[in-house]
Amino acid sequence: MPASIRIQREDFDVAVETAALTQGRPDVGAVVAFTGFCRDEDGRLSALELEHYPGMAEAELARIVSDAEARWPLCGVTIIHRFGAIRPGEQIVLVLTAASHRRAAFEAAEFLMDYLKTRAPFWKREHLADGRIGAWVEAAAKDDDAAARWERP
Amino acid sequence: MRLVYFAWVRERVGKTDEEVDLPSSVSTVADLVGWLKARGDEYQYAFENEGVVRAAIDHVHVKPDAPVAGAREIAFFPPMSGG
Repeated sequence: MPASIRIQREDFDVAVETAALTQGRPDVGAVVAFTGFCRDEDGRLSALELEHYPGMAEAELARIVSDAEARWPLCGVTIIHRFGAIRPGEQIVLVLTAASHRRAAFEAAEFLMDYLKTRAPFWKREHLADGRIGAWVEAAAKDDDAAARWERP
Repeated sequence: MRLVYFAWVRERVGKTDEEVDLPSSVSTVADLVGWLKARGDEYQYAFENEGVVRAAIDHVHVKPDAPVAGAREIAFFPPMSGG
């Protein structure tokens, strides 16, 4: 299964990535796209700063994609995660899943995001609207719960 | 062996990475954390809540009981908050 995993400072274009994923693939019947954006948290934030562990981030995302491929019949996956300063309204992360049928594409996209949030080595720090550097964003228990749903007994 | 630190662990330790020669008494990740904490206040501070800081050996997540023998790079970092 083709998988494109990219960690980059630059923004991305969902339409361009969708076209690349489906190009020459008449077996694809469904593409699900998840795009994560930076929120301003009710005006409190001026930006989020994204730090990552180069090398491991790519490796961990590849392992997560392999897990998804073992669970669902997928035609292809694209994951793009940005790093650096990202302002409210800007895109942070893209997960695209292509499959012959919609259920595999929906479920795999959700699985990939749940595992990405809890396993991929990225960290966010808040930059506040008043110019100060804020706190590191704490991992959310609800994200652990979301990932745990996929654990097999 | 190379140690690397990320996010607030990096800030508390005060460096992004370092080379260390471990004594033979350090056989697991938990041993390594204990050895680091004995090196100074900055490490005490970074690892003050044991069980919070995560570790990876050669780009793979590991638990505290993982052996460090043969590791090229060991990373310490907070729980992930990307996406």
